[in-house]
Amino acid sequence: MTSQYRLKTPLSSEELGKLKIGDKVLLSGKIYTARDAAHKRLVQLIKEGKGLPIELKGQAIYYVGPTPPKPGQVIGSAGPTTSERMDPYAPFLLDRGLKAMIGKGQRSKEVINAIVRNEAVYLAATGGVGALLAKAIKASRVVAYEELGAEAIRELEVEDFPLIVAIDTQGRNLYEEGVSQYCLP
Amino acid sequence: MRVIEVSEIIPVVKRLCIEANYYIGEDVLQKLEEAASIEESPVGKEILSQILTNHRLAASEKMPACQDTGVAVVFVELGQDVRLEGGDFYSAINEGVRQGYAEGYLRKSLVDDPVIERKNTGDNTPAIIHTDITPGDKIKITVAPKGGGSENMSEVKMLTPAEGLEGLMNFVIDRVRRSGGNPCPPVIVGVGIGGNFEACALLAKKALMRDLRDKHPDAKWAQVEEELLKRINKLGIGPMGLGGRITALGVKVLTMPCHIASLPVAVNIQCHAARHKSALI
Repeated sequence: MTSQYRLKTPLSSEELGKLKIGDKVLLSGKIYTARDAAHKRLVQLIKEGKGLPIELKGQAIYYVGPTPPKPGQVIGSAGPTTSERMDPYAPFLLDRGLKAMIGKGQRSKEVINAIVRNEAVYLAATGGVGALLAKAIKASRVVAYEELGAEAIRELEVEDFPLIVAIDTQGRNLYEEGVSQYCLP
Repeated sequence: MRVIEVSEIIPVVKRLCIEANYYIGEDVLQKLEEAASIEESPVGKEILSQILTNHRLAASEKMPACQDTGVAVVFVELGQDVRLEGGDFYSAINEGVRQGYAEGYLRKSLVDDPVIERKNTGDNTPAIIHTDITPGDKIKITVAPKGGGSENMSEVKMLTPAEGLEGLMNFVIDRVRRSGGNPCPPVIVGVGIGGNFEACALLAKKALMRDLRDKHPDAKWAQVEEELLKRINKLGIGPMGLGGRITALGVKVLTMPCHIASLPVAVNIQCHAARHKSALI
């Protein structure tokens, strides 16, 4: 049986430890956005031993490149992008204290190992529901790499952002277990 | 001979870009509702319910259903009795795309050099334009914004004729299986069969323009579509790849004659936000 949890960032190992794959999470608080280009820059800084423009400890990163807001909107449509493109970078960020990644689709073995090692989670947002997800975003501001446009790092203030636990702190993976459960001969 | 000023094309393309991204087709909505009633997985049900709510919200708020407002794929059926005047036709289409993506607050998702520089073109041009010359004196324009997530899961394969229908079906099903949750299932699977290397890919894309509720006019291919859909929905991938009964909403096949030595097959995967709008000028 799946459960529903309301969580607020910053996230702790203790509260994340309760989450099981298939659970629903309503996330509130501040989260960061980053896609391919921002990840590449963050990991470059880590490899060079330099400081990062954002604090990762206890934080969540959302893989999203929103549409431009209309006048009066906080943000445009803002659904998740495919996570696997961030796989080469994600372990570096997890090892620096990142606690949750929000995106869609499978993750690599290396990322799952880094999730377990750091007691973190991977949360799935529904792809293609950008208008619905934008409703749960209450504020948005660019905090780094403004020149990257849709790929800049933003700080979002979210309220009851609807997510599903896809990989939990134990490394259980709904992309595998869910599919085996419903696979027919 | 009917004279059409190319400037007339611009507002039509602009409107189609915006409408395609804001308002999903009735056929897709109907299939999503059917899917929501069939799905057994609680997570899958929740996702399908979010998708349906999202379409209502996007339409009422006049905003894109998905943030990946795609590359603008434009199909043109140009009547051979039309004479185009007043400028370059393809520039007019691109101007329509430019205006639609700017004024509709759509995301600009194209880079110029595909490998080395990858700099955003800034206005979502150039569109990818496919033109057919048809009888008559009208122009039919279809705009189909195509997202990257599902396009990345598409593939062309040159099968041998000996591999036959079973080999073809296995390739299609395996392509969907290997895609997992990446293309935002429930997907629509466009299959182009025959022609040659490039023709089958275009057929697969054109197959995605069919009404999702229609049946292939040829009974034997209608049966193949049904069989493929049944087998794909046994994969268990489910909505967003998190497990469930509904992996695809439909399979659409288009075929054409091919070389005696060949059996080209293309699978073009379409996410559940299957967007296209047409207009007749």
